[in-house]
Amino acid sequence: MLRILCFVVATVASSMTFADVSAVYGFDDRSEEQRYQNLIAELRCPKCQNQNIADSNSPISKDMRNAVYQMMLDGASDQEIVDSLVGRFGEFVKYKPDLDSRTFMLWATPAIAVLGGLIVVAGIVVRSRRTGTAAPTLSAEEQARIDRMLAEKNRNGSA
Amino acid sequence: MKRFLLFLPLLAAIIVGVVLFAGIGKDPTKLDSALIGKPVPAFSLRDLKQPEATLDEAVFRGEITLLNVWGTWCPSCRDEHDDLMWLAREKKVSIIGLNYKDNRDDALVWLDRLGDPYSKVIYDPKGTLGFDLGVYGAPETFVIDASGVVRYRHVGVVNGDVWERVLLPVINDARENG
Repeated sequence: MLRILCFVVATVASSMTFADVSAVYGFDDRSEEQRYQNLIAELRCPKCQNQNIADSNSPISKDMRNAVYQMMLDGASDQEIVDSLVGRFGEFVKYKPDLDSRTFMLWATPAIAVLGGLIVVAGIVVRSRRTGTAAPTLSAEEQARIDRMLAEKNRNGSA
Repeated sequence: MKRFLLFLPLLAAIIVGVVLFAGIGKDPTKLDSALIGKPVPAFSLRDLKQPEATLDEAVFRGEITLLNVWGTWCPSCRDEHDDLMWLAREKKVSIIGLNYKDNRDDALVWLDRLGDPYSKVIYDPKGTLGFDLGVYGAPETFVIDASGVVRYRHVGVVNGDVWERVLLPVINDARENG
C-alpha cells in the first residue's frame, strides 16, 4: 500500500515539475513554438556551462528564455535574438560560434584531422603499390630455375 | 624517412602537452564580459536608499567607479562585504552597488547591520540592468571609467588579493588612458 502511495506521489510530483517548465510560454503557432525550442536549444547557459538554456533551471537561464520569448513576441528574427544575447553575455552563449580568427582552429581541427588521415592512407596505398610494381619480372632462365626447384620440392614432399 | 616516423608519437605527445598545458590554471567559469569597451547600458531604476529617487547611467560619469552586483540571498556577497568596506574606507574607492534580484527591506537591513560601502545603490529587483550587463552570478564587480565605459568585469569575490592583482592595475590603466 505504501509502495503504491509512493508511486502515485512520485508520478504526480514529476508531472508537476514538467508542467512548470513547459506551461510558462504560450504560442499561437506550432512553428513559432518549434522556433522557440530551437533557439533555446542552441543557446548556452553562462552559469551552468555545459547546458543549454532549455535544459538549465538556473535563474539566469530562466531570464534568458524569458528574453527570447519576449523578443519573439516583438517580432525579432533568430539572428537578432542571438545577437542581442551575445551582446550581453558574449560569444560563449552560442553553441555554434562564428568562424573568425579565434575560432578558426576550433572549426578547422576536424578537417585537418580528416585530411591528415587521408594523407596517411594515401601514402600507405601509394607505397604498397610502388613496391608491388617494383617487383622485377623473372627472366626465362630464372623462371625455368624456379620451375625446376618447385618440381624438386614436390617430389621430395611426396616421397 | 622511417626514422622520422618513429618520432611522430613523440611529436604528437609534445603538441598535445603544449595545448593542454596552456589550459592549466584557467578557470572556465570566469567569462570575459561582452561589454568591455562599451558604455554601461542605459537604465532607469530606483535608488535603494532613497526610494523616491531614480538613478540612470549618468551616475557612472565623472570618476572611476566599481560597480558591485550583490544581493542578500548571495552568500559570497556576505563574504566580500568586509573587503568592500575596507576598499571604501581605506582606499577611498567609489563603489556603486547594484542590488540584484533582492528586496528592499532585506537589503536595507543588510547595509544597516554590516555597514554600507556604497556611495549609491541601484535597486534592481527584477534583474533588468543585471541582464543587460550580462550578470550571470553574483557577486560580480565591474570597473567603470570616468566616461561611463566598462573596463573590466570580475566574477566572484573581491578581496585584498584580487584588488592588488586584478582591479588596481585596471583602475590605474583607466586613470592613465582616461
